[in-house]
Amino acid sequence: MAKVTIDGIEIEVADGTTILNAARQLGGASVPPAMCYYSSLKGSGGKCRVCLVKVAQGSSKDPRPIPKLVASCSTPVADGMVVQNLTSPEVLEARKGVVEFLLINHPLDCPVCDQAGECDLQNLAYEHGASTTRYEEERRTFEKIDIGDKIKLHMTRCILCYRCTMVANQLTDNRVHGVLNRGDASEISTYIEKAVDNDFSGNMIDVCPVGALTDKTFRFKSRVWFTKPMDAHRSCTKCSGKTVLWMKDNEVLRVTARKDQYGEVKEFICNECRYDHKNAADWTIEGPRHIDRHSVIAQNHYEKTDLLTLKKEIERQIEFQKGKPLPLALDEKK
Amino acid sequence: MGRQLLLEHIAVPGIETFEVYRKMGGYASVEKALKTMTPDQVTEQVKNSGLRGRGGAGFPAGMKWSFLDRKSDKPRYLVCNADESEPGTFKDRYLMEKIPHLLVEGMITSSYALGAKTSYIYIRGEYMYVLQILEKAIREAYAAGFLGKNILGTDYSLDLYVHPGAGAYICGEETALLESLEGKRGNPRLKPPFPAIAGLYASPTVVNNVETIAAVVPIVNLGGDEYAKVGVGKSTGTKLISASGHINKPGVYEIEMGLPVEEFIYSDQYCGGIWKGRKLKAVVAGGSSVPILPAELILKTAKGEPRLMTYESLADGGFTSGTMLGSGGFIVMDETTCIVRNLWTFARFYHHESCGQCSPCREGTGWMEKVLHRIEHGHGQMSDIDLLVDVAKKIEGNTICPLGDAAAWPVASAIRHFREEFEYHVKYPEKVKNPKHFEIEPFVSSKQLVMV
Ligand SMILES: Cc1cc2nc3c(=O)[nH]c(=O)nc-3n(C[C@H](O)[C@H](O)[C@H](O)COP(=O)(O)O)c2cc1C
Ligand code: SF4
Ligand code: SF4
Ligand code: FES
Repeated sequence: MAKVTIDGIEIEVADGTTILNAARQLGGASVPPAMCYYSSLKGSGGKCRVCLVKVAQGSSKDPRPIPKLVASCSTPVADGMVVQNLTSPEVLEARKGVVEFLLINHPLDCPVCDQAGECDLQNLAYEHGASTTRYEEERRTFEKIDIGDKIKLHMTRCILCYRCTMVANQLTDNRVHGVLNRGDASEISTYIEKAVDNDFSGNMIDVCPVGALTDKTFRFKSRVWFTKPMDAHRSCTKCSGKTVLWMKDNEVLRVTARKDQYGEVKEFICNECRYDHKNAADWTIEGPRHIDRHSVIAQNHYEKTDLLTLKKEIERQIEFQKGKPLPLALDEKK
Repeated sequence: MGRQLLLEHIAVPGIETFEVYRKMGGYASVEKALKTMTPDQVTEQVKNSGLRGRGGAGFPAGMKWSFLDRKSDKPRYLVCNADESEPGTFKDRYLMEKIPHLLVEGMITSSYALGAKTSYIYIRGEYMYVLQILEKAIREAYAAGFLGKNILGTDYSLDLYVHPGAGAYICGEETALLESLEGKRGNPRLKPPFPAIAGLYASPTVVNNVETIAAVVPIVNLGGDEYAKVGVGKSTGTKLISASGHINKPGVYEIEMGLPVEEFIYSDQYCGGIWKGRKLKAVVAGGSSVPILPAELILKTAKGEPRLMTYESLADGGFTSGTMLGSGGFIVMDETTCIVRNLWTFARFYHHESCGQCSPCREGTGWMEKVLHRIEHGHGQMSDIDLLVDVAKKIEGNTICPLGDAAAWPVASAIRHFREEFEYHVKYPEKVKNPKHFEIEPFVSSKQLVMV
């Protein structure tokens, strides 16, 4: 076991746990955001850099700080480690930089994007980004491609988290999907647009944190926040059959796997459940799905904002942007 | 000329053949190591020699070797990094092309020390003709019993392969190199684990530069302590410098560490001074990644001491007034050089070569290139200069591999030392429209150009 302190709160976790997972065990505001790490995909993480944190003390044996910020999703804890996430201005500044990098070539076409409302990049930009852009250059664009008859790839929106390639490698057999080219010309592709035709290929859509991979059977049918998510199951020979039905009245518009509070699917579903049972009668409906996230789909309504708290929070951020250390939040105590 | 430990026999006709190389004393280190020393004794000599990695980072070679996991029951590998793609660096090519047996000999002696039974030379794809030279040398070494089963009748056996890259700079980064060698996309790995624990095929692996491995030959022949007598302080031995740019005698030079930079630039034994009688403006001392220094800071440190060709002296002053020896790619620029144009070229390179795995490098390198393109072509704004500094700062230290840093440092240092020139581009867009603007009329800074 290893004792770690994250933003001043102590927790004991199993050896080998990453900083991110230790923070997730702790829960709350100090959990770093993650755009590429996906706990059920082997080898994921380390790429997007939004989860960077400061290690102010390496361990009790070697208390020196780690000179560079580290990716919390792929750095294991050590006994006596002291980690700063929200409490480090350096981290917040670097994270703002990463969000800016993720957005400079993003089309920002949320008004016509199916992912809007359940998009990790929207949430991230809302929480950590700046509201204006410093980028005046031309944005990179790609042609849209069909990956098989059910999935649309809109590469321009991709943040290259590599999750979908890992689904293709780890969940499906017969790998035909990967990354072509280099640098900002990299693109997710099925080799020469070969269709990904496999029982579990649809999971690529669920792991995609942005609107780069969308379900063609749902495209443009409805804004996601106008649908009602319902937990449902059916007996299936290929997967657990546990899904979420996204319904409007009695019509099933879309079927997805169930995501946890960090947007991760723990039980992947098969294509039959996803695409071939758009009929409420095929399912046993368990009840409304509690979407434990901060985006607009949460509980099918917009959160009521406490204006006083919001004002205080904005003042706090302004102080920080003037170069001062981030003042304690209202509910934080020293 | 100082002592030549690597290139001593380079001018001997036919030195690329086994016969002549052997006649000049070649393969003595293999005989000495295999017949009279244990592998650990060879490693000990390399430790004593103080040899530091010649690929760029300058990590002590003996220490890297001692980190190799010798308890693992997996095979161990030695991989030679011959991907040499850093702009301004061409020393490894020269060595491999002219005296290929030196590398083959170094590989055998080093593999013996590390207990590797299979070793690889990963060479950049553009060096295809050098690959053929190396393969011929390897065939000759097999025929002479220096490679293959039971070398020189001992129970040590080694197979050596050359593997070409496919044209990516990033495959010079050691973990990307290993991925590529395994047949995968050349993306750098997350570290730890380091190659010494889990490298090629997840087995303990040492990755060393061509010159580092070649230096093992004189180290074993002379003994580590004797080798350490060449050079100064922690910069021991000799170093190959690829000298290019506005000098009278560009080429590859073997220098003793500790040679004054001024002597290296102006002496007829080396660069022979600035061409066309012009003045020195700036130097990139260790390949395109290291900070650029203006003339007055490359010749003398900020404290006014003469700058020497050593790891320590070049780094004196940190990144405020110093730079790095890096890979020894010494690029000299005269007074007609446009620093902005040069930086744009470097930025274009890093943008093109980023593997694209991590967001700061993938997006930031392209951003910097585009802004520099605008400034250089007379479409910049004053705010762009600070924007570049900030983007570079947001990349540096926040990426998976050091390519992000390598892209950020030149930007930060060029603006640190030559800010006036960036401002000039913004203020006088008409004057910079002609790509040869400073050839027509050199930029005169309020700082003085140095004439020696
Ligand atoms: C982007 C990048 C490119 C590199 N290219 C080379 C190269 O072409 N040759 C080389 O020897 N080392 C290169 N390196 C350094 C290697 O990662 C590694 O440190 C080196 O091969 C170790 O050998 P040494 O200890 O003998 O210097 C590169 C590093 C980076 C980050
Ligand atoms: S398409 Fe989506 S899941 Fe795939 S790499 Fe891009 S952002 Fe990630
Ligand atoms: S720093 Fe650049 S080259 Fe290195 S892993 Fe990240 S994207 Fe690839
Ligand atoms: S979540 Fe850690 S780097 Fe992307």
